[in-house]
Amino acid sequence: MGFLLGKPSTVSGTRRVPASLVGLAGLFLIWEVASQTGLVPELYLRPPSEVLPAMVGLLGDEKFLRALLATVLATVIALLIAILIAVPGGLVLGSIPLVRRACMTVVEFLRPIPSVALIPLALLITGTGPDTKIALAVYGALWPILFNTMYALDELDPLHVETARAFGTGRVAVLTRIALPSAAPFVLTGVRLSFTIALAVVVSTELFAGGTKGLGQFIMEANSGGAHMDQVLAGTVIAGLVGYAANAGLERLNAKLFAWNAPRGEAS
Amino acid sequence: MKRFGTFAQRWVVFAVAVTVWELVTRSAADVFFPPPSRIARAAADVWFSSAFGEHIVPGVSRMLGGFALAAIIGVALGLLLGRSRTAMAYLGPLFNFMRSIPPPLLVPFFLATVGVTSMQLPTIIFGAIWPVLLNTVDGARGVDATKVETARAFRLSKVQWILGVVLPSAAPKIFAGLRLSLSISLILMVIGELIGSANGIGNQLVRTQRDYDLPEMWSWIVLLGVLGYLFNTLLLIVERRALAWQPKHSFETQAQAIGG
Amino acid sequence: MVRTMLDVADLGHTYQAKDGAHDAIDGLTFTVEAGELVCVVGPSGCGKSTLLRSISGLIRPTRGTVSLHGTPVDGVPADLAVVFQDYSRSLFPWLTVQRNVEFPLRELSKAERTARAGEALAAVGLENAGRKYPWQLSGGMQQRVAIARALAYRPALLLMDEPFASVDAQTRFELEDLLLRVRREQDTTVLLVTHDIDESVYLGDRVLVLSKSPARVVAALDVGLGEKRDQITTRSSDEFVELRAKVAGLLQSAPTAETVH
Repeated sequence: MGFLLGKPSTVSGTRRVPASLVGLAGLFLIWEVASQTGLVPELYLRPPSEVLPAMVGLLGDEKFLRALLATVLATVIALLIAILIAVPGGLVLGSIPLVRRACMTVVEFLRPIPSVALIPLALLITGTGPDTKIALAVYGALWPILFNTMYALDELDPLHVETARAFGTGRVAVLTRIALPSAAPFVLTGVRLSFTIALAVVVSTELFAGGTKGLGQFIMEANSGGAHMDQVLAGTVIAGLVGYAANAGLERLNAKLFAWNAPRGEAS
Repeated sequence: MKRFGTFAQRWVVFAVAVTVWELVTRSAADVFFPPPSRIARAAADVWFSSAFGEHIVPGVSRMLGGFALAAIIGVALGLLLGRSRTAMAYLGPLFNFMRSIPPPLLVPFFLATVGVTSMQLPTIIFGAIWPVLLNTVDGARGVDATKVETARAFRLSKVQWILGVVLPSAAPKIFAGLRLSLSISLILMVIGELIGSANGIGNQLVRTQRDYDLPEMWSWIVLLGVLGYLFNTLLLIVERRALAWQPKHSFETQAQAIGG
Repeated sequence: MVRTMLDVADLGHTYQAKDGAHDAIDGLTFTVEAGELVCVVGPSGCGKSTLLRSISGLIRPTRGTVSLHGTPVDGVPADLAVVFQDYSRSLFPWLTVQRNVEFPLRELSKAERTARAGEALAAVGLENAGRKYPWQLSGGMQQRVAIARALAYRPALLLMDEPFASVDAQTRFELEDLLLRVRREQDTTVLLVTHDIDESVYLGDRVLVLSKSPARVVAALDVGLGEKRDQITTRSSDEFVELRAKVAGLLQSAPTAETVH
């Protein structure tokens, strides 16, 4: 559980690491007791004393690792495609009011459709290959990035623009040298939300479509008949760790790249 | 004149898009992409048939029920824990980890433990609670020092303090969390019904997929879009009312309004 | 060698609003000679910003012409720099101090940029702050960075829009003396807008007094205080006291100038 060590908590220095680990240990203890005493059906909620070894086992299991890799890869590819579409899109929608007014109705119409609702349709059209889940995940991951980019441009400080223009900066250069860097932290926040969504959509597709290789499919198979509940729980925990690591990584990236942005929020 | 101009800008592109969609799908005659007019007819037939009571009402009420319970538990727990640094030091990383589990993976677990017929509600509650909970904690933590001291100086009771000071201060963050939770609820409703349910919109999507009834499948997709839009708009209205005292509707809460 | 750096002739600008047109400035005529520091003082809301924006080419004035060393201004001129009042919003928070100063020097080579920015930062006494971010500096230091950025650009004309209005009194004195020193060292032509009468007299070679909106030039006063000025002795000299009384009187008598601070 080394990943928890890096997570700063608010308690004073010496108790920092133990506090988060105690919380985790507490959960495991309750989980273990609940499972052993039959408070919940033991068959399904396997105790941590079984799930933890199962996790270790899975991490040495090639079939599982392949599935995990397939899921993570599909998520990352989808996220990259979504960034490539949504950031330029957001810049255009955010800086040209006419285009924005014209396109927003279509955007408002498309955005609320949950991407998981498109799973059955996408499977019919493109089959169970990885392109299906990537396309679905791109659809889901587009919106937070698009909207964050767009709203960040609304917040663009007019004085920054005037300063740049007074120094002879052209309109396109204002977009790349002023608008883009000042929007960047919000774009990254969007990317963080989008990663969560992309992962969820990829896993959903795998859960639903038996033929799609990946973590979702692995867990669904382990789940059939309730025979391998330890593996189901272990796989779920590992998926959580992947999500946690990605989120923490993006947060750290944010702190590193956009240190200038943090104190501005507190001031004034 | 100007008003008409804005109206036209808003809808002309939309109307053109729908028209082009209609013309293209008609001429292509692709089974997978029925023209919007056929989808509309299918929608009129299906939405207002017996399916309304059999599938739409049960599914949507499970979703709304799950969301409401997640919201209540999340806000209450968040307010209690948010003001305690010690509690969050122990539980914070744990909550963050729970939130990181892709919510759809809860479906197989609850499918096995609770069973096909009743797994929807716990799945939605367990998946949707984290954004509200963590945002409430965040908001409750952010009560500024002056407010804390003012409350002390007036010797507010615990209840007055939590409901009168902490809750309103945290409200903007809470609503941002609620918005995320709402979209997760909708996703979990659909994915839960896709994988195993006797009824619901997701269940109908599976049926139409099996029957190759594309127009009807599209009509269910459109319905989910309409529902998503409707619920998000309702939440926005509630939020505007609740946060009317705020000088400026903060950017952060808008930015987190997302589909999924 | 052009003697007249800036020539403003019959400049007027009208804003179109929903409730009719509003003249911000009207019939403004004046010149700034090369190497001169001219202060423009006027009541708040008299259209000083509109004037600066017209000169810097950020807006196109409705009437009249602006010429910079003989060339009519159409769009933002290449050799002009602006220092705004609001340093916290005019510096780019995502760039370090060094990069902020280098920002307008895109056409130069990397080495030249670094050298110029270093020189400019040294001139304002911030040679060691290059790697910091603007928010890590005090308000006065941030405004020094903005001044350094303008100086590094080596503009033919430096426009300053209430540059010291947002810093505390002590810092303000320091920055005023800094400005006097660097314009002497670098022979910069400066047009500085302020609402502070004392500041205009203390800094300027000449003071232009504007009327309330629509702004017109009410008077142009030569300031005979010499090159060397000092916050204490200059400000208590007879000439200074007399001039500031004169400017104050002109502002008071200017039609409906009730909002003089």
